[in-house]
Amino acid sequence: MNPRRKKRLTLAVALIGGVAAIASLLLYALNSNLNLFYTPSEIVNGKTDTGVKPEAGQRIRVGGMVTVGSMVRDPNSLHVQFAVHDSLGGEILVTYDDLLPDLFREGQGIVAQGVLGEDGKLAATEVLAKHDENYMPPEVAEAMGQKHEKLDYSQQKSATQ
Amino acid sequence: MWKWLHPYADPERAYKLSGTLFPWFAILACLFITVGTVWGLLFAPTDYQQGDSYRIIFIHVPAASMSMAAYMGMATAAFIGLVWQVKLADWAAASIAPIGAVITFIALFTGATWGKPMWGTWWVWDARLTSELVLLFLYLGVISLYASFEDKVLAARAAGILAIVGVINIPIIKYSVEWWSSLHQPSTIRITEKSTMSSEMLYPLLINILGFGLMIGAITIVRFRAEILARNGMRPWVRELAKAEEVK
Repeated sequence: MNPRRKKRLTLAVALIGGVAAIASLLLYALNSNLNLFYTPSEIVNGKTDTGVKPEAGQRIRVGGMVTVGSMVRDPNSLHVQFAVHDSLGGEILVTYDDLLPDLFREGQGIVAQGVLGEDGKLAATEVLAKHDENYMPPEVAEAMGQKHEKLDYSQQKSATQ
Repeated sequence: MWKWLHPYADPERAYKLSGTLFPWFAILACLFITVGTVWGLLFAPTDYQQGDSYRIIFIHVPAASMSMAAYMGMATAAFIGLVWQVKLADWAAASIAPIGAVITFIALFTGATWGKPMWGTWWVWDARLTSELVLLFLYLGVISLYASFEDKVLAARAAGILAIVGVINIPIIKYSVEWWSSLHQPSTIRITEKSTMSSEMLYPLLINILGFGLMIGAITIVRFRAEILARNGMRPWVRELAKAEEVK
């Protein structure tokens, strides 16, 4: 390889290496801030690396699974309350006053954005359903014992009343 | 290998070779995309949770994965152009950029359309969505840098450096869903283990991904040949070609 090409090759490789180093340091520094949401156990116990806990009145996002059986719907308004938990055992109550997305159901992953109240409840202004990476036809899901029907809340309510 | 490759660095040879390759790419792309899309949209089973809405995956995933693949192609060409100063590689990089930008836009647009009914929002600033948007801006940056210099050798160098620097964004897009908690789901198609999708849905998806790749190849060839003609307008072989086609 002639020396000019060699020089250009070295420069180009150094450029890529330098940018990669800068980007990885940047991402490492920003690591915890790039997470879209807190998990419920991070709210209860603080973040694992820094121990930072969100304060009451802070605007945060919470991501986790809707606890099965925790859904309470107000019969006269859109107001709902449900618990969100994660695999580490943390749980937090979320209240919401608007329409829930199509994929919302108990056991489903969600991301709720809102203000953390003094009582530890999150007053959500936005609830987003988080979808997992599994795709299958209904027959397969049934065979695997996955519940895929949307919960009928009106029926559930009349059963509890 | 260099001796074998060298003749193809000649614009005339490259023009002719790409001309012979074009119909293959075009026909196979049409075939694959038609089969994949019809199979995916009409015959693949519905999803157990999302119903028919999941079918946007047959456009969204091919567009998104190929937007990254096209970027890698463009950056590789730019790297070769920069280091070995092969003008053809510069022209190839310049011809991929606009196609990549459109494909990235398709990925973002179809993702947003799916996000509204499924997540409940068009857009959220999570790591995957933001890094894919950065990819679109990188493409736009490369296009505008290449267009903003009268001297195309200089233009290709400037655009090439940006393209190479931007490569760092590709692993970020790919692993954003694993490194950080994001609203976007992790990848469904796994190379080393079993994909988390039933095979009746997976096959049309894979066919469409291949089809999108071929389509990008075909459109790149068209743009690449036009770029060769535009940069060699004064060469005798181009003039003869123009005469043969009776263009004034």
